[in-house]
Amino acid sequence: MAELYADLGLTAEEYARIVEILDREPTITELFMYSLMWSEHCSYKHSRKALKMFPTTGEFVLQGPGENAGVISVGDGWAVAFKMESHNHPSAIEPFQGAATGVGGIVRDIFTMGARPIASLDSLRFGTLDKARQRYLFEGSVAGIGGYGNCLGVPTVGGEVYFEDAYEGNCLINAMTIGLMREENLTRAVAAGPGNLLLLIGSTTGRDGIGGASTLASQEFDEKAEDKRPSVQVGDPFEEKLLIEACLELLDHKLLVALGDLGAAGLTSSASEMADRGGVGLDIDVTKIPAREEAMKPYEFMVSESQERMLAVVTPRHLDAAQAICTKWGLRSTVIGTVTDTGRFVVREGEEVVADMPAATLAGDAPIYDPAMVRPAYLDELQAFDPMTLRHPEDPEELAGVLLRVLASPNVCSRRWIWEQYDHQVMLNTLVLPGSDAAVLRIKGTDLAIAVSTDCNGRYCYLDPYVGAQIAFAEAARNVACAGGTPAAITDCLNYGNPEKPEVFWTFFEGVRGLSDACREFGVPVISGNVSFYNESFGRPIYPTPTVGLVGVLTDATKRATSGFKDPGDVIVLVGETEVELGGSEYLKVAHDLVSGRPPALDLELERDVQRAVIDAIGAGLVKSAHDCSEGGIAITLAESCIIGDVGATLALDDGLQPAASLFSESQSRIVVTVAAADTDVLTDLLLAHEVPYSVLGEVGGDSLVIEDKVDLTVSELRAAWGPTLAVLVGGEVMSDELHEG
Amino acid sequence: MRFGVVIFPGSNCEQDVIHATRLLGYEAEYVWHGDTDISGFDAIVLPGGFSYGDYIRTGAVARFSPVMSEVVRFAEAGGPVLGICNGFQILAEAHMLPGALLRNRGLKFICREVPLRVEESACKWVDLPAGTVARIPINHNEGNYVCSPETLTSMVAKGQIVLRYCETDGTRAPGGSAPNGATDDIAGICNEQGNVFGLMPHPERVVDPVVGGTDGQPFFTAIVEHLAEVAR
Repeated sequence: MAELYADLGLTAEEYARIVEILDREPTITELFMYSLMWSEHCSYKHSRKALKMFPTTGEFVLQGPGENAGVISVGDGWAVAFKMESHNHPSAIEPFQGAATGVGGIVRDIFTMGARPIASLDSLRFGTLDKARQRYLFEGSVAGIGGYGNCLGVPTVGGEVYFEDAYEGNCLINAMTIGLMREENLTRAVAAGPGNLLLLIGSTTGRDGIGGASTLASQEFDEKAEDKRPSVQVGDPFEEKLLIEACLELLDHKLLVALGDLGAAGLTSSASEMADRGGVGLDIDVTKIPAREEAMKPYEFMVSESQERMLAVVTPRHLDAAQAICTKWGLRSTVIGTVTDTGRFVVREGEEVVADMPAATLAGDAPIYDPAMVRPAYLDELQAFDPMTLRHPEDPEELAGVLLRVLASPNVCSRRWIWEQYDHQVMLNTLVLPGSDAAVLRIKGTDLAIAVSTDCNGRYCYLDPYVGAQIAFAEAARNVACAGGTPAAITDCLNYGNPEKPEVFWTFFEGVRGLSDACREFGVPVISGNVSFYNESFGRPIYPTPTVGLVGVLTDATKRATSGFKDPGDVIVLVGETEVELGGSEYLKVAHDLVSGRPPALDLELERDVQRAVIDAIGAGLVKSAHDCSEGGIAITLAESCIIGDVGATLALDDGLQPAASLFSESQSRIVVTVAAADTDVLTDLLLAHEVPYSVLGEVGGDSLVIEDKVDLTVSELRAAWGPTLAVLVGGEVMSDELHEG
Repeated sequence: MRFGVVIFPGSNCEQDVIHATRLLGYEAEYVWHGDTDISGFDAIVLPGGFSYGDYIRTGAVARFSPVMSEVVRFAEAGGPVLGICNGFQILAEAHMLPGALLRNRGLKFICREVPLRVEESACKWVDLPAGTVARIPINHNEGNYVCSPETLTSMVAKGQIVLRYCETDGTRAPGGSAPNGATDDIAGICNEQGNVFGLMPHPERVVDPVVGGTDGQPFFTAIVEHLAEVAR
């Protein structure tokens, strides 16, 4: 055993701790089980202490972190469960299956809670698309997300994507799913009742995904990464669709004591966490587990990550009824063990005991580390750079040319090529389709709706991990506010490099601190999430990327806004103010090929006030369109509102700034809204009452975007730059209407 | 008026069809694919989705579900049957409609609202004037309709082409208007009797004005009016 532990990713100290717990050398099955449960992916051993900074409670929180997903109440007895998770490393090796099973895993986390999955979002990062491998990863991931989600009949309604060199060796696939349920149907994965039965539902168990959580998710990539392909699981969305229907029916009939999904570390994780939460023991016989391969070892059964499997606890009295429902849906269901009162996790192969551990030590006794941290040396140099020392365009022709280049940038351009591969409408709840700031989903039979967005600008986090994380939150909240939603809670997916490197861990710690501070200022809790470390390849970490998935609530679904301009004559108002902030901007990257400087500053109080003012204005029915300023600055915001609305605008930016800064500065806390001319005074009175800065810029109309002294481009020219970029880069079909119609 | 909406394992638009038909004021109930009694229904809908995962040809397994022999009998007796998306694929596999649906020309899934031109046809599910342009979303990976030239000629002659993909103004582009590459821009067809109708677009997605529009409503109201007329 002593030779094996290092191969399984355990340290000598951790191995010694296992020997101490057992008071003997572990069996091979035990060693595998501990190695998985104590892996970074399952135990959060490097991040756990920092995560305590997060606010996790609030009056609407029904379930905070620690379960398969967090749950909040949204009114009228309805609750939503949501969570975001990474599937980065599997996708970097096999993008289609990696991304597909990422969706499958997060969807299982949601219906495990008793909620019907109603929407997914995906936050993606790749290297630049001029490289064939990156195109393969991008196209494969998008196809995998669509292939799985479309088959399930769960709409994919939003997300984000960035292309940066920093993600070249380690793409990011963060999948978020939202589920809807009646509050009373909330189900937890807590095993209880000695004598109750463990029912394994769904697919057979094979050798796929052995050690996925430890050897794949908890290590850096090197030249051997391709050899890890066998650790990537293969998804079967049809089986998962049946699981959703069967499990929700089982819960509806109150036939289950508990339900958990088999994800990372397979049965070991699912069972030991259920036992730990319930303070009970378990007794499992691996010979009862339906196998898809021959001669599988007990440890292989226990750590296999074969997909589409659920573990339920049922009373003997309800077993027949429960199995009948599984059979109706064409699903296997097998009793593989029992709940015991011994507190031991016992694994048998027939009569022979192959593992016998205190159940709580698997999930609860993982070591907790306090990693060393040090501020990275690169920060001083980058932050000292002042972008205004560069030469910036002044004359309208040159500014227009730069605007078109920024619009066409893969980080800014239309995402339609992606979301048209996703069914974003099934279930008939999607009130605001992809392509606006946030997706809006109604809750049928009520006036309620939820607005959802995922956001993170990795460049900002690279240049200032603390501020960047705050901006990730602020932008997600701002996007939801632009739809009319009041931010309710977030989930997060914290993607970082190797936490054992002090400079990396510092960026992680600062990210968590930034996110925590932002959440507190807004009174918005973190109810679920996931940490993904070891996102490095050949020793180079990704940009720190704490992706935020935010859910907001609209109490009146009819009071919502979208980002496209509406009618000629509407008045354009900028809420917030533009400062000279070109550090880390898309303009700086596109026009000067630089990722440097300080990211935009964020005043959380101002941000909150701006958002509240806009939410109130939308709620009052005053706002005809709302679109926030983010990558590319206000020039891009205005251009997108023109393209989406298929109408021009004439306005002036009288901010007195250098023209490029005026157009492309990425100052935070800004939202461009339009209002019917007759309502302008009502709106400005409301903004004054909220004490937020604003300026009236001009009005909607015509066929061109005319920004006085700076830009004069037709909407067709804008669309021709913005529309086809992704399709062109992947060599696909360019739709005629990406160039012409609205 | 009572619609029966069949659930195959892997169907995923059945709830949407139920929502749409009930919103229009009709009764609608689920029919489990294992059921063999559909006598209580006035019209049968095979909804969209991925029946049996569609891991081999789309619809190829679902056509063998027990309920399908009843659906065939129901249709032969003149009962109205509507197949939407995967439902259309199942009808084609069951030979209740001619032709087959292959992978989209671009080999990518497409979810998009498209303009469709209503053709002069025998279809009892549609009573819109020929030339009407309806905007309805498509949502499929296998919508590339193919059939033999002889079949096409015969279908055209017998008024079996019900819907064609078109441009916004109702014209057809010289190189074809079908985003999936479908033969002759075909989006929906019916059998010779006009009671069995299969289409790739999802009319149920544009029935509720709160989400998307109302262009799909006529595809459900027409059959109800037709049945009412027959009853008179």
